[in-house]
Amino acid sequence: MNRNYNFTSLFTIANICSFVIFFASIMCIIFKGLNFGIDFKGGTLIELRVDNNQTKISDIRNSLTNMNIGDINVKEFGTKGDYLIKVEQTKEQNKNLIPALKKSITSNLQTDISFRRVENVGPKVSAELLESGLIAICLSLAAMLFYIWIRFEWQFSLGAIVALIHDIVITLGLFSLLSFEVNLSIIAAVLTIVGYSMNDTVVIYDRIRENLSKYNKLDINNIANLSINETLSRTIITSVTTLLALLAIFILGGEILKGFSFAMILGVLIGTYSSVFVASPILKYLKVSYKTMLKEEEKITP
Amino acid sequence: MLNFTKSKILFIYLFFTIISAFSFLNLFDDEDKFINKKVNLGLDLQGGSYLLLEINTDPLISERIQNKVIPLKKTLRENNIKFTKFNVLSDKIKFTIPDNNVKSFERILFSKKNNSLNPFIAQYSAYQLDFINSKNNIELFFSKMGILSINNSALNQSIEIVRRRIDDIGTKEPTILQRGDKRILVELPGVKDPERIKDLIGKTAQLNFRLVNNEGKEFGADKLKSESDEELTVSKRIIFSGENLVDAKPSLDNQNNQPSVSFTLDRLGAQKFGRVTTKNVGRRLAIVLDNEVISAPSIREPITGGSGIISGNFTFQEATDLALLLRSGALPAPLSIVEERTVGPDLGQDSIKSGSISLIVGFILVIIFMFFKYRLFGLIANISLITNLLMLIGVLTILEATLTLPGIAGIILTVGMAVDANVLIFERIKEEMKTEKSIIHAFDIGYNKAKITVLDANITTLIAAIILFAFGSGPIKGFAITLGIGIVTTLYSAYFISRHLTSYIVLNSKDGKVVL
Repeated sequence: MNRNYNFTSLFTIANICSFVIFFASIMCIIFKGLNFGIDFKGGTLIELRVDNNQTKISDIRNSLTNMNIGDINVKEFGTKGDYLIKVEQTKEQNKNLIPALKKSITSNLQTDISFRRVENVGPKVSAELLESGLIAICLSLAAMLFYIWIRFEWQFSLGAIVALIHDIVITLGLFSLLSFEVNLSIIAAVLTIVGYSMNDTVVIYDRIRENLSKYNKLDINNIANLSINETLSRTIITSVTTLLALLAIFILGGEILKGFSFAMILGVLIGTYSSVFVASPILKYLKVSYKTMLKEEEKITP
Repeated sequence: MLNFTKSKILFIYLFFTIISAFSFLNLFDDEDKFINKKVNLGLDLQGGSYLLLEINTDPLISERIQNKVIPLKKTLRENNIKFTKFNVLSDKIKFTIPDNNVKSFERILFSKKNNSLNPFIAQYSAYQLDFINSKNNIELFFSKMGILSINNSALNQSIEIVRRRIDDIGTKEPTILQRGDKRILVELPGVKDPERIKDLIGKTAQLNFRLVNNEGKEFGADKLKSESDEELTVSKRIIFSGENLVDAKPSLDNQNNQPSVSFTLDRLGAQKFGRVTTKNVGRRLAIVLDNEVISAPSIREPITGGSGIISGNFTFQEATDLALLLRSGALPAPLSIVEERTVGPDLGQDSIKSGSISLIVGFILVIIFMFFKYRLFGLIANISLITNLLMLIGVLTILEATLTLPGIAGIILTVGMAVDANVLIFERIKEEMKTEKSIIHAFDIGYNKAKITVLDANITTLIAAIILFAFGSGPIKGFAITLGIGIVTTLYSAYFISRHLTSYIVLNSKDGKVVL
């Protein structure tokens, strides 16, 4: 198969699109905000299963309203009869909130209820979890920057990091737009996306570097196009197998892994796009050529 | 890259066999195995309760400051330092001394010999107390290291007591660990409703026996409420406290058949108890737990046997819990629960089920896809995928790692991403085949050239996994473990097993033609 698509001609339009979506994502995150789960906001979460078919979501809501405990959110969760109750963090921490909630639900619904999951995160811990999550993301970006800088030249390092930030921001922007919950597993997903997108970018960069020294007469535009085409089938096959695995988790993995696998699917799609349409054009803008590569190498080994 | 010596082949498969053999240990339930290793299921899969406790040492610090008052005054008097405006606050002592005494005060405070007021903590090479002086106004407080040592010993003691309480309830295989310098992590597998444990952990259980003093003449008295809402004036003087208890058991009061707690005192406690009850027949004795009067019976006759009964409207459960608390001893400082996560066993079961189903389906989808894409070599990629999975589970078993639901997701993701190494290599070989005439040569060059890319690509994911492991908590750590180990086993199966299988096919093809 001899594929030869002209990717470079799409660079400008793709970059404009990326730019617009990137800033729209930032705006969305700033103005609409992220829907933080109790991991990062603090509060109480109860997942329960009701055996009886007559119970309505409003019954559960009503059973809690007269408790006077502030903002309560009840929603259906996965299969029928499963509900998720979230209670916002109140200023004074009520030690007996969980038993009180359970008691109120059981006495008001008068049916068999099993409490499948109960979580409570205090304000101090949630602030710490958010902080360590952000540190982990920043640290992973720094580590990637450093690794690419050692293995390649600084232009590549910059390109890779811009692509990564592009992926993270747009993924979170979509989460903000769709009001999907951001919790600890989303941080895990974002870090995995960082790894995956980097993986993709490195494969193309590796080929660009190789081709730069192989065809030192060609300009970066042609080199980038050639390299993307040469690695295209690998890019597609790996994305497909990863997406197959992720789709299996998304559809069959249960409600708890839904957010995680959804973030990963978005990340894989965006990451694949960005290694072709973000990471590669940056080399072009930075005017990478055979000569700049030699210069960089001279600097390191004089 | 295609030549393998016999010994190398032997080693490759021997190593694989040994590692993957461990994965089969998980299929047996036998406890008395020769090698007793198994992948542990995380709390989110087997159900259970995770609690994060935080110690609040503020009251302890203020108690310790109080304890410094008498030795401090004594030291000052012994050294003829006149002090005025003596004032005790919750975390410091303030007083004023004459100008010419400041130097000598400093010398006395930081003397290493027999310094009972301000001991030198060798472990941190620092003094327990520190002071600041502004215009002869001295502020004496615990130094940073002093506070640290108080915190540390309080935390260690609390861990011990929490362990005793949890063991006493009879929970199977609890994990109790220190987290940071103020927190205790408690994991209780199989616990469905942690309310009782939370109650028991949350109580300081400071027990003391004090006389009720309705005249209010004696030195210092507290006004405390009893359980029946009767306000009692209780002397501050503690006759004996929970420390003097050697045993406590739930029992039935033989007068009214009410559940109660019987206790036995040590020699010192028994002596004090005997003396006080002999002197104060007719008066009431308040039994105070965490500043609440549980009961205040009248002393009918001297109790010299060193044992007694606490009765006060208990249910049998309450009596049992009180006895348990008294046996385990008092916490040095109050603990509060700052994070709690409980998963019921049925949700855990459901998670295992949906996790395994999605693993199997994801695996089959990838295998089918690879077979249709590469045929014979797809088969090789699939064999290397299976060996990869076996080794991954084998390594998890050797490490006795904890498998969580995100951990299963990590395995599935590994399945999806593991074929990448083989894809990179095969695609490279395809390219080389266009220019190279010799098939063997093309394969050789392909493997060689793809090597760097494969390494680069996998190291980046490995970096992400390591950072995730360092920063993640609980279930997320499980994800990082499987993802990280998955990368290593992927590299092994792609570069040793699948490369050997490929070389076998290429070198043995009769007509020298291989279709990729």
